[in-house]
Amino acid sequence: MIETAKVHKHAVVIGGGLLGLEAANGLKLRGMDVTVVHLGPWLLERQLDEVAGKMLQKSLEDKGLKFLLQKQTEMLVKGESGRVAAVRFKDGMTIPADLVVMAAGIRPNYALAEKSGIYCNRGIVVNDTMQTYDPKVYAVGECVTHRGIAYGLVAPLFEQAKVAANHLAGYGIGRYTGSVTSTKLKVTGIDLFSAGDFMGGEGTEEILLNDPYGGVYKKLVIKDNKLVGGVMYGDTADGPWYFQLLKDGRDIHDIRDSLIFGQSLVGDVGHAGNSKAAAMADSAEVCGCNGVTKGTIVKAIKEKGLFTLDEVKKHTKAASSCGSCAGLVEQILASTIGGAYTPAASDSKPMCGCTEHSHAKVRKLINDEHLTSKEAVFAELGWTTPNGCEKCRPAINYYLISTWPHEAKDDAQSRFINERAHANIQKDGTYSVVPRMWGGLTTPAELRAIADAAEKYKVPTVKVTGGQRIDLLGIKKEDLPGIWADLNAAGMVSGHAYGKSIRTVKTCVGAEHCRFGTQLAMDMGVKLEKMLFDMYAPHKVKLAVSGCPRNCAEAGIKDVGVIGVDSGYELYVGGNGFLQLYRLEGWYLERTCHWLERVGLDYVKGKIVEDEDGRKALYAALRKALKDAKDPWATSREAEAIKQFIPIKLEA
Amino acid sequence: MNWKLICKLEEIPQLGSRVVHWPERGKIAVFRTSDDEVFALHDKCPHKGGPLSQGIVHGKRVTCPLHGWNIGLDDGQAVAPDVGGCKKFEVKVENGLVLIAE
Repeated sequence: MIETAKVHKHAVVIGGGLLGLEAANGLKLRGMDVTVVHLGPWLLERQLDEVAGKMLQKSLEDKGLKFLLQKQTEMLVKGESGRVAAVRFKDGMTIPADLVVMAAGIRPNYALAEKSGIYCNRGIVVNDTMQTYDPKVYAVGECVTHRGIAYGLVAPLFEQAKVAANHLAGYGIGRYTGSVTSTKLKVTGIDLFSAGDFMGGEGTEEILLNDPYGGVYKKLVIKDNKLVGGVMYGDTADGPWYFQLLKDGRDIHDIRDSLIFGQSLVGDVGHAGNSKAAAMADSAEVCGCNGVTKGTIVKAIKEKGLFTLDEVKKHTKAASSCGSCAGLVEQILASTIGGAYTPAASDSKPMCGCTEHSHAKVRKLINDEHLTSKEAVFAELGWTTPNGCEKCRPAINYYLISTWPHEAKDDAQSRFINERAHANIQKDGTYSVVPRMWGGLTTPAELRAIADAAEKYKVPTVKVTGGQRIDLLGIKKEDLPGIWADLNAAGMVSGHAYGKSIRTVKTCVGAEHCRFGTQLAMDMGVKLEKMLFDMYAPHKVKLAVSGCPRNCAEAGIKDVGVIGVDSGYELYVGGNGFLQLYRLEGWYLERTCHWLERVGLDYVKGKIVEDEDGRKALYAALRKALKDAKDPWATSREAEAIKQFIPIKLEA
Repeated sequence: MNWKLICKLEEIPQLGSRVVHWPERGKIAVFRTSDDEVFALHDKCPHKGGPLSQGIVHGKRVTCPLHGWNIGLDDGQAVAPDVGGCKKFEVKVENGLVLIAE
């Protein structure tokens, strides 16, 4: 083609699909006069709607390409030299052509199956378990037609292969019911994205953003308050985010106003996401914990053929520590592998490599089947490992003890070391100890006891924490029971600075002292902290109480914030029963902000603000779960528990 | 081979460990699996030296508490894609007693 382009003038490309357009653009750049002939009503009609297709055509026309749509080729006309001279169409029109490129699409290669007598119809026809008409023969991939659809992408192939493998292995539980796919294309430098049912139709609503002059077009198709499809032209940064909303089936009515403007305007809670992935430089640091740049991630994805967030985490360590960049890493993944990326719906992501089941499923089963031990969960759900892993065990232990308090037995060996040692492990293997200071209040006697303990155990660093208490760092594990005994003797208890649990209730001095105070912030903070003592949760929980709207306790950025005003209190978010709802419905390691984002504030309002009986029941359940809470520092000093702190010494 | 007594098997929790201080060899982590197999590794993760004894034990692996590397109990090697290893010691259980090779 390149040789021909040097000496001939007229090129005709038959087929206005992705390959045809790329070929046409290439020939145009090499100086040919190019006409694209397309049978469909607009370009890329399987990936774009009419508006986006027309925009694409317009911008390609601006580059000098010519288009003939809805034209059916009749024949190629031979010239005097023996090579092609023209293309004639069914309507009689003829255009000159020195070069004809046929890019009329791919066709599945199912010759082998057809020859063997297996039924084919534009592909090997398979059922939901990937069996062909001969049940002994399975087929997956681009060669098959499933429910009348042949997929040309890799992601549906993975889903099909999983079902086929399950079936072959005798676990006949999986069914393939079709894939919702997304396409991310770059046609001669123009970004395009589409997913799901982007054409819409009866029963659907559309949100449109159309800026033909600026070259941006977005269409979102909504059905029953859920996103079911979308197409984007020019600005596709939010494509993966929309696709995730679509897969999750998230109710979008609360973000509908700004949905079309993308994720950054909806607001990303925490830093779960960021739609700048595609625009980031390769040298930009993505994972601040492990110093992983975008370039490193992209390289690993390409070279190692990674397809999932978990694989990227394992190979690059990005998002494997605090996880706050997971959303960004996911977007880099999506923008690197394009249509091959299919995020699982958040609800159905497997908990870990030990199981297919999601957090939602495991939680439900523990509740419905009244399971009270990890062994029962593993047996009931067919865990593939003998006793789980470091990811699922802590989660299951939490689900068991939060669902069946006082009944399910807490399993120490399923807890991360911090919750076994009731102290925070540090990089050198020593621990830090934080005694509780209710509401951030302390006394000279407590401070004296802390100072004495710090000297007695040669604590190298003493630091005031962000949660208004004092951290003693650099303590040897075998010294923990001793320092606890000293602190207990002075009336202090564990601050749970180490737990997926209630941490602190931060307060300002409130109406007790402050000339601006409207409510007793310290008093309320102490009461809240005492009420919630030893409360474990899916993740850490921090509260704050401010005595006036100046909000010196920074209550607006806590899991639960209270701001006293002259007429009463403002809650951000919270209320009786709120934390219990989170404890029962949040997934392990999901903080309140991410849980709220997942279920929606309206859902929580419905359960807490609008349902008085439900709220009271939740509150009662929380009180019941926390009754008889004991100080873990005291109980860890009992005969059996103390053993884990004491090393065995061998004689030389 | 000479064997040295560490402790009774029951003094190591199932899916848990104990730390052994052995003056000539340093700190050793002794692990017990759910089916009472016992393994011993140098208590130092090949990644950043984290105390493996403090990790969560699952199957025949332990997860380092510092950065989550998984180390095989039976070979002391990091589970792929991580690379590295730590020293393994011979241990056995006899009559309910855990013994380590000198």
